[in-house]
Amino acid sequence: MHSFTTVTGAAAPLPAANVDTDVIMPKQFLKGIDRAGLDRGAFHDLRFAPDGSPRPDFVLNRPGWEETRFLVVGPNFGCGSSREHAVWGLLQLGIRAIIGTTFAGIFADNAANNGLLLVSLDPGAVSALLARAADPEGNRLTVDLPGETILAEDGTRHAFEIPPSRKDALVRGLDAIGQTLDRAAEIRAFEARHHAARPWLAR
Amino acid sequence: MPPRTLYDKLIDSHTVARLDDRAGPGAEILLYVDRTVLNEYTSPQAFSGLREAGRRVWRPEAALGVVDHVNPTAPDRGAAMPDEGGARQVRYFGENCRDFGIELLDVLHPLQGIEHVVAPELGFVLPGMVVAAGDSHTTTYGALGALGFGIGTSDIEHYLATQTLRYRRMRTMRVTLDGALPAGVTAKDAVMALIRRIGASGATGYAVEFAGSGVAALSVEARMTICNMAVEGGARGVVMAPDAAVFDYLADKPRAPKGDAREAAIRHWSGLRSDADAVFDREIRIDAAEIEPLVTWGISPDQAAPVGARVPDPDAEPDADRRRDLARALAYMGLTPGTALESVRIQRAFIGSCTNARLSDLREAASVLRGRRVAQGVRGMVVPGSSSVRRAAEAEGLDRVFTEAGFEWRQSGCSLCLAMNDDVLAPGERCASSTNRNFEGRQGAGGRTHLMSPAMVAAAAVAGHLTDVRRLAREI
Ligand code: SF4
Repeated sequence: MHSFTTVTGAAAPLPAANVDTDVIMPKQFLKGIDRAGLDRGAFHDLRFAPDGSPRPDFVLNRPGWEETRFLVVGPNFGCGSSREHAVWGLLQLGIRAIIGTTFAGIFADNAANNGLLLVSLDPGAVSALLARAADPEGNRLTVDLPGETILAEDGTRHAFEIPPSRKDALVRGLDAIGQTLDRAAEIRAFEARHHAARPWLAR
Repeated sequence: MPPRTLYDKLIDSHTVARLDDRAGPGAEILLYVDRTVLNEYTSPQAFSGLREAGRRVWRPEAALGVVDHVNPTAPDRGAAMPDEGGARQVRYFGENCRDFGIELLDVLHPLQGIEHVVAPELGFVLPGMVVAAGDSHTTTYGALGALGFGIGTSDIEHYLATQTLRYRRMRTMRVTLDGALPAGVTAKDAVMALIRRIGASGATGYAVEFAGSGVAALSVEARMTICNMAVEGGARGVVMAPDAAVFDYLADKPRAPKGDAREAAIRHWSGLRSDADAVFDREIRIDAAEIEPLVTWGISPDQAAPVGARVPDPDAEPDADRRRDLARALAYMGLTPGTALESVRIQRAFIGSCTNARLSDLREAASVLRGRRVAQGVRGMVVPGSSSVRRAAEAEGLDRVFTEAGFEWRQSGCSLCLAMNDDVLAPGERCASSTNRNFEGRQGAGGRTHLMSPAMVAAAAVAGHLTDVRRLAREI
């Protein structure tokens, strides 16, 4: 998993509501058995015309957003299918954090499991950052996870909050499975009690 | 102990350990998960992760593998996949299930079908369970009194290795459906009405319990439709208190307990309900009598209207962001503001998906089609939710009703619900669809999806345009 401390780069605006994971990672990129090649798939139908050429009007193809590290997005980003390919593709595209008001639940968990930082702010702050991200001259931000702040080049700051355990996992890039397996004895004891009380489960 | 919701009871009874010092919504716990269902397209990287780390599957018998997303549904069933990518996924899935000791329902297995249709048919999901699986529509299992929710591939791997998830407690929402649905109005309309009311993110962060006389009156299959599609309102977990209808449903299911074990289980299951004075973080009440047949006109499941309404006008929308999203939706859908929805012509009609391809759904659609023909220029497809549904429908002659009406009678799978196989809309094609997502490109790049109940799909196929199924009923 990617670890995240402080990242600086350009932000791009994607203000539409309900951007779903079918749009973030269309189905033709779901046929793999590994995580390879998903950078091409991220926002594929928005980024590329049917002939494969970049669409000049899509923000990530425009001058000033070549090195985009952050997306500033509309409400309910990542809704729909559980496909984690959406998160893998965004990371492969170089996106490290996404800033918006609300995120869909499975997408948020997938992001956390891969070190993609999601920052929830109030609508006013998101509007301000959307305006900033839309300006190719002023779209650079620094996202400081330990300090829980977003800093713009002109010194404007937006504070954010993230649950301590999630922050700790992101900063350290922890292996969640390894941590859980440290509790294997506890799980086994729970399982024995659970099944003893519900014998029809223990087939 | 203070009064608790059913969700709280299920979470409490599955908590192995607390992972932080918080309580209530947002608290992180180690959650024991009773079952999972795996498919070929969200599981490969999870198995690769296990292989790389040299880890085993904690409880192989608690997982069931089903091939459903990429397989063809042509009537003449073979083992061949439509493309090399799909073939590789199915091959690797087979190897993984074999190497890790997991039961697999492969394409040619007589019980194959869409995972959310197959698991209840088998009795693989039982009341009181927590079921997490690599597909968002795992919420379906709420109808059986289980807590079902979708997870991504990293969490599938975590589940397989540990039988647990690191889980954050949700807030709770109760949706009470009062009264009976009017004739011609189905469970699909009820859940679409909910999503239309609360929006596509209205239940984000919530576990939803459905309750009320309107739910109690529904069959278990109709309840599955509601729980299934609730995820389109953002619900991350869904539950319904199991009742006698659920216990009856389970009576003949192969994996459900029998005899004394069943009696003991029913005693336990009967206690699975929210306490009378339990407090929910949010309450919604819906009057079933007021629900009409709905169709979507946009690219998000909350962009729906009664079929008698007109396409909305973006200029009438005061909020600038919403105006922009609305205009974009209409441009994609090729619809002009003010057009009567009933005048919108279709080229495709699809009856299928884990929302609406169970036997009761096929019966409803067939009752509309009996003695009628699909309109000229419309291609209709029926893709049963499982091979068992297909056989049961054939046993009562529904296949002939569909084929005599001009529908294709196909094999089971996800098919045109997400078009990962060779069932795809052509750009610009418009489809009346009994599925759950009308996202841009969901049924094929440039394809236009209108969501509705299976009976409404059948009616649209006959009329050649969107129409109110109650209109056809009056003609009988
Ligand atoms: S039928 Fe559609 S929604 Fe259901 S599991 Fe398959 S692709 Fe997903």
